Amino acid sequence: MLSFITRRTLLAIPVLLGIMIVVFLLMRAIPGDPCTSMLGERATPEACVEFNEANGLNDPVFVQLGIYMKNVLTFNLGESVRFSRPVTQLLIERLPLTTELAMSALFIAVVGGVPLGILAARKHNTAVDSGTMALANIGVSMPVFWLGLMLAYLFAVVLKDTPFALPPGGRLSAGVFPVPYYEAWGWNLTEGTFWARFNEYIANHYIFDTFITAQWAIFWDLIRHMILPAIALATIPLAIIARITRSSLLEAMNKDYIRTARSKGAKESRVVTRHALRNSLLPVVTIIGLQMGLLLGGAVLTETVFKLAGVGTALFDAIIGRDYAVVQGFTVVIAAGYVIVNLLVDISYGYLDPRIRVK
Amino acid sequence: MGTKKTVEILEANLQDANMLTEKPSSQWALTLRRFRGRRSGMIGLGIVTFLIIIAVFAPMISPYDPNEVLIGKEDVGPREKPCVHIFGCDPDQPQHILGTDANVRDEYTRIVFGARVSLTLGFFTVTIALVVGTFFGAIAGYVGGWFDNVTMRIMDVILGFPSLLLALVIVSVLGPGLQNALIAIAVVSIPAYARVTRAQVLSIKETDFVAASKALGASGRQIIIRRVLPNALTPLVVLATLGVATAILEAAGLSFLGLGAQPPLAEWGTMLATERNNVFTSPHLVFFPGLMIMITVLGFNLMGDGLRDALDPSLNK
Repeated sequence: MLSFITRRTLLAIPVLLGIMIVVFLLMRAIPGDPCTSMLGERATPEACVEFNEANGLNDPVFVQLGIYMKNVLTFNLGESVRFSRPVTQLLIERLPLTTELAMSALFIAVVGGVPLGILAARKHNTAVDSGTMALANIGVSMPVFWLGLMLAYLFAVVLKDTPFALPPGGRLSAGVFPVPYYEAWGWNLTEGTFWARFNEYIANHYIFDTFITAQWAIFWDLIRHMILPAIALATIPLAIIARITRSSLLEAMNKDYIRTARSKGAKESRVVTRHALRNSLLPVVTIIGLQMGLLLGGAVLTETVFKLAGVGTALFDAIIGRDYAVVQGFTVVIAAGYVIVNLLVDISYGYLDPRIRVK
Repeated sequence: MGTKKTVEILEANLQDANMLTEKPSSQWALTLRRFRGRRSGMIGLGIVTFLIIIAVFAPMISPYDPNEVLIGKEDVGPREKPCVHIFGCDPDQPQHILGTDANVRDEYTRIVFGARVSLTLGFFTVTIALVVGTFFGAIAGYVGGWFDNVTMRIMDVILGFPSLLLALVIVSVLGPGLQNALIAIAVVSIPAYARVTRAQVLSIKETDFVAASKALGASGRQIIIRRVLPNALTPLVVLATLGVATAILEAAGLSFLGLGAQPPLAEWGTMLATERNNVFTSPHLVFFPGLMIMITVLGFNLMGDGLRDALDPSLNK
């Protein structure tokens, strides 16, 4: 097992390096220089010389690449020219929202998709089966942004003044701020230290923060705001998970060990849950890992629709504003997160199915 | 269960026997027959055919020009609700079955012309990705060695990104626009084709008929083009059909972010994006373009699934 983990991890390293290089080169290939786009009307030739010098833009590309890679490996992602703040600080502020959005969506996708898939497989070749799969096909084809807008319209306009009304955008109602747990618990943190920033990052996961500090009113407000974006983002993964669960369970139900279990006299429900389901969930685990890419890409669209200040919108603004450091930093972090999640999935797959390890 | 299976097998054998007495069916005829048996595949084919007809005959089935502004020509305002006379809309009012948009253009006409943009975009994207991906995949698989290693590592890196994210960054490098969005989406979908082709080539190049071709003195290029690629075609056809769906969906996403097709082009994603802040007052201007995107993507997805089942009988249970 250990050698399997080592081998898989080593395989991920060139991919991570490649991602860093690709992002770096892409950012350098952008036509138009960052100086004019950042300084706007103030971009006099003298100001630009100073600007390029200050941001190391005059060095040869390979020197810039080397410095950049060294910095990334030491978690120094540079400074956003637009916000005049370190990119790491922006990540501390923006990443938690996207993480919570993606996790909520993944939660909905798994909790909804797996039972639907099981249902369809158990009722194979009935109206329930074809109905579920028709829905799954529609779900896979759904433009995330369109579904988001339609949900917002439905729950904020049509169902206004009913108990089902939900806010159409934003992370919290206006004027509401959760208290970070370290303040609520009276921790003494020295500003600027790694420990303080780490805690700030954790506390920016508002749903988590308000949950552990029992700020229930704010917690519910957060959840109410999260429901629609999470559903919109969850639709495609949910449909895919339902399809994979169904076909995987159907395949498992044809195996010899199921016949054995049945002939032992095991109850059908036990045969399904204990024997078939356990084995058929393996491909589902892989698929869940692959969905992370969809979720992260979809997050850009979902955050735009629901006006959420997450990584997606920050990245998009940075692309439009040619904020090199932010685009580089965010893309590398997102892609690295994606590679690492898939690495973990591969490893867990090897753990769950020993046959994988040998290959 | 046992008897049912037996009957099925007998029926299948009977079909085979009939085929022996009749003239032999080609591989494609068999595939076609299997495809016809898949309901979802046929629905998908129906949707796609319908959309192609709409796209081809767009000027004939739409009452206006997609960019025709109706101010001063008719008594309609911007963002007018749909008005269908037979459904009780005031007969004095001009008929716009899907309403008008912010610039007082007929929404139905723009939706119809949007089919042209989306279908063209889907086909071109997939064609580029298919040609480039197959080319590199085939050579990597056939030649092997360092070329194989370098190519496939590059593909790994592309796959390392969430696809929409990479497309976003590429479009920002090339600049917004329909053509650049098309290139970006093509680039991010190349690895899938390269990987599938390479895997097929690796298995086919060990077969006897390739060895026979080599013995007859065929060149590497001849073997790849005449022997290997035709046999690797099956999964590529399926992948390409499903790829059209993904491409249309991602292009709509890029257009929604303002990086794809630019106004005034009647493209569904752009039409939807320009009206997204008015969704609460004029939902129809968001609803119909999005619905069309969904139907189109659904059509290609269903058709791809049907093709996969038809081309690969081993998946059929």
